[in-house]
Amino acid sequence: MRLTLRIWRQKHAQARGHFATYRMDDVSPDMSFLEMLDVLNEQLTEAGEEPVAFDHDCREGICGMCGVVINGIPHGQHKHRTTTCQLHMRNFRSGETITIEPWRAKAFPVIKDLIVDRSAFDRVIQNGGFITAPTNTIPEANAVLVAKDRSDLAMDAAACIGCGACVAACPNASAMLFTAAKITHLGLLPQGQPERTMRVVGMVRVMDQSGFGGCTNLGECSLACPKEIHLDSIAQMNLDLIKAGFRRG
Amino acid sequence: MAATLNSKVPSAPIEEMWDRHRFEMKLVNPSNKRKFTIIVVGTGLAGASAAASLAELGYQVLNFCYQDSPRRAHSIAAQGGINAAKNYRNDGDSAYRLFYDTVKGGDYRAREANVYRLAQVSGNIIDQCVAQGVPFAREYGGLLDNRSFGGAQVSRTFYARGQTGQQLLLGAYQALSRQIGLGKVAMYPRTEMLDLVIIDGKARGIVTRNLVSGKVESFIGDAVVLATGGYGNVFFLSTNAMGCNTTAIWRSYKRGAFFANPCYTQIHPTCIPVTGDHQSKLTLMSESLRNDGRIWVPRQKGDTRSPNQIPEAERYYYLEEKYPSFGNLVPRDVASRNAKMVCDEGYGVGTTGYGVYLDFSEAIQRLGKQTIVERYGNLFDMYQQITAEDPYRVPMRIYPAIHYTMGGLWVDYHLMSNVPGLFVVGEANFSDHGANRLGASALMQGLADGYFVLPYTIGDYLVQATLEKHDTTHPAFKEAENEISALVKRLLNIRGERTVDSFHKELGRLLWEYCGMSRNAQGLQRAIQDIRTLREAFWQEVRVPGDGGELNQSLERAGRVADFLELAELICVDALHRNESCGGHFREESQTAEGEALRNDQAFAYVGAWEFRGVGSNPALHKEPLEFKYVTLSQRSYK
Amino acid sequence: MTGILSLYRSTIGKKVVMALTGFILTAYVFVHMIGNLKVFAGAEKLNHYAEWLRLDMGYPILASFQGLWITRIVLLVAVGLHVISALQLWAMANAGRAVGYAQKKPSYTVYLGQMMRLGGIAIAFFIGYHLLHLTTGSIHPEFVHGEVYHNVISGFQNTLVSVFYIAALVALGVHILHGTWSMFQTLGLNNRRYDAMWRTVALLVTLAILVGDLSIPVAVLAGWLY
Repeated sequence: MRLTLRIWRQKHAQARGHFATYRMDDVSPDMSFLEMLDVLNEQLTEAGEEPVAFDHDCREGICGMCGVVINGIPHGQHKHRTTTCQLHMRNFRSGETITIEPWRAKAFPVIKDLIVDRSAFDRVIQNGGFITAPTNTIPEANAVLVAKDRSDLAMDAAACIGCGACVAACPNASAMLFTAAKITHLGLLPQGQPERTMRVVGMVRVMDQSGFGGCTNLGECSLACPKEIHLDSIAQMNLDLIKAGFRRG
Repeated sequence: MAATLNSKVPSAPIEEMWDRHRFEMKLVNPSNKRKFTIIVVGTGLAGASAAASLAELGYQVLNFCYQDSPRRAHSIAAQGGINAAKNYRNDGDSAYRLFYDTVKGGDYRAREANVYRLAQVSGNIIDQCVAQGVPFAREYGGLLDNRSFGGAQVSRTFYARGQTGQQLLLGAYQALSRQIGLGKVAMYPRTEMLDLVIIDGKARGIVTRNLVSGKVESFIGDAVVLATGGYGNVFFLSTNAMGCNTTAIWRSYKRGAFFANPCYTQIHPTCIPVTGDHQSKLTLMSESLRNDGRIWVPRQKGDTRSPNQIPEAERYYYLEEKYPSFGNLVPRDVASRNAKMVCDEGYGVGTTGYGVYLDFSEAIQRLGKQTIVERYGNLFDMYQQITAEDPYRVPMRIYPAIHYTMGGLWVDYHLMSNVPGLFVVGEANFSDHGANRLGASALMQGLADGYFVLPYTIGDYLVQATLEKHDTTHPAFKEAENEISALVKRLLNIRGERTVDSFHKELGRLLWEYCGMSRNAQGLQRAIQDIRTLREAFWQEVRVPGDGGELNQSLERAGRVADFLELAELICVDALHRNESCGGHFREESQTAEGEALRNDQAFAYVGAWEFRGVGSNPALHKEPLEFKYVTLSQRSYK
Repeated sequence: MTGILSLYRSTIGKKVVMALTGFILTAYVFVHMIGNLKVFAGAEKLNHYAEWLRLDMGYPILASFQGLWITRIVLLVAVGLHVISALQLWAMANAGRAVGYAQKKPSYTVYLGQMMRLGGIAIAFFIGYHLLHLTTGSIHPEFVHGEVYHNVISGFQNTLVSVFYIAALVALGVHILHGTWSMFQTLGLNNRRYDAMWRTVALLVTLAILVGDLSIPVAVLAGWLY
């Protein structure tokens, strides 16, 4: 395959970025998108240029580290939702021009080229995205029964990999789907009940403070989510927050 | 010599050993805990659970990871499950049985005391994780579900769809996040440990490079915990994450910590085959697939018919035929070696000939497609995404790949290395899996170390160690910082013609060829020579673009590959010295008439711990004899 | 910090305000549409109904004009809160993505998002026009106070005015279609099992309003009403 790549290059956070164009003549359809970038980087290094910086780690679609916007779509496609590392070049046509950009959000500032800082997500989790269960102060695992359907729904929400595609896809750069996934996961389980109110109030506060936009219920986030986190979770988070608002104290 | 390797295994019956020892260990006064700072490197299951638990106890914790968030550590990719001797199925499981299976599965090269403790605390792990909100699979009655995994005869594996590692890690990450929010843990993401600092003979700190700014910094503490995972990426192609590396443990080795059993590398049988030179990593598919999938190759060499056109009689179900009682569920090393054997003989399938079929057609007929979707849906989707083939209709193609490294820094019963104050947990240490790890045991070990062992043993050390007051202006820190800065400069100034990856790939091919699934003396000797040559070439010809004061991924990789180039030699040295076959280490000189691994317990029932003596110089071997008081040594048989 | 106030400070709280005020406004538009249909019953019935709205709505609890003014005040407050929250959220969303994408994905939902905001502005202008046209009559050349039937028919006989009304109603329909479903989602009443149901409810409400309201200018233009 022959491809033309338009890639966002930005030396560091404060630098002005620009698009650079690269041509690739021998791309195999069996390559993953990141392997294609690897090959480009090998070529750039050999030619004495600086390779393109991009985040990646597990390359099996679970660590959530990779993610770029490809032709306007986070992770590149909606047909079989997946992470960038699991996107294969057979999804593109020879001769195509591919535009590659970093996640764009005020809360995710660009660090270099295609790498952004997603630490806002960690701060959201640090403010309530957990169940307080200090090591060893705990009951027998089977002492609390959890109905299978609830447990399955919790698992659906817990599948979130924290990649940030939801934010990248949202026209408002909202982090509602990410935040809601964790609130729903923990809120569906009996173990998560005591902290349920605190959790939603704390997480939403930090989410808002981080500079993400609000939700306009358009569903772009869920459409871009490689783990297909459902919009349900946002409704659940809304309800939890409304209930929290009407609680005393 | 042997005196330096005191495993500190307490003298008590194995069932009571850990309980009694916990009582014997000294406690840190609760009000003094906050005066101790503990450095934890790594945020996988072992690192995150250790950091969270230590902070809960009241210690000040500094936690480091090279990824952008602690939630990304590669424990997250474990699919299949976690073992625990809960005996929920009433099928005769017990801590003793899990202990026994693990020692046997490790081909009698693990330390009994550690393994028993692991089995003992395995149940607590499940309790802990459920309390954290880990959504394990459940039955309709609301109880936890179990499955049999990796050839175990009992159902003791707990799982969360095909994402068990992810869910367990998120549990630990959440506990860690809580401590970060409370200010008890200072988290340093995108920070790589590049050196260990030893003062007065005790591990007191680390030197790191900030991967965003390039700044070289020092951190001091009262103990250092390494939870930096395995070194499988020395093979370039492996199922490890791209960033997994040996640097933290390797540089600690160069500072005096012993490296144990480096040649014990595990090859996972069910990975997606390589497609070409561009391949950057291999994707593992949970070995639970072998519960329902049947492995075969065509009986005729070089058969190019599509698999569905090959009639039943012309299919060679080699595992079922050779191992009637375990069939497709033989341990990983056996399954992997057999796949290599049939492919080497020319029966392999796929364009490269390096692949065997994993066929679900019989299971789909027997159980219905819906059941298969429920059990393996996400794995099938992943396979289809990568290969563009539909495994519901066409058998999967699989081939073994490097997956886990049983070897690692030597530790005693307290998980402390021979360097006082340097603790090593999880895959980074050598302790629990012997020469071969059983499925669903890695998650168990990581969490056992981090939640239930280290938090106790580290206190015992802190109480007894005399720790002088120092800060990072100490000459030992300055010296290490200068060395790191010099190393960075040196790498950037070579300005050669070859990329870092080209060296890494060449090293990987070399190791895979001579020190992969089967090894012999001649090949290993050759590999050692070739590795030395390659290492020299690296230091003359590598090209690292960019500079040191910025985010520079080529530079990060160059540093890691430089260490791999040294480690690879040690792996071969260890493999060469261990002239027996055991678990993942198969020496062609040492096999039964049927081609099965043949141990030599007389000569090799010991842990081989290597001491660094300079790059290119022969390391010194220290032996920790392995005594088996509870498990009787026998030839493993899965016939 | 009291719960309700902190709720309002969050993005979600602002959305809740939009949902609740949106509900009031949609309910009003729906009832207004049913009232409008009285035009088909003839001049006398419609004028009588209009008089009832002004003088007798709420009788015997409320005196003349009180019902009308209460309705107006509620609507005014609802519109005010709806617009203020929308503007605040719009500003936050704009700030959320300071640098946009060079290559935008052609997406129905992204246009929908813009349509809610731009459409909202258009609707605000339309309401102003509508009030000047048929309530105060300031811009209606043949306006006769109290002669509602006459005002409607003569107003819509101007093709330009009718076309403008039709266009505005379509914009209103799109706004209500997404807004109604959104309301269930924002108030946390939605989940994957109810989703199809709420979407159908939103569609039916929208269609009822559109068909009911559009029938009047169409009937006037077609000459069925005169």
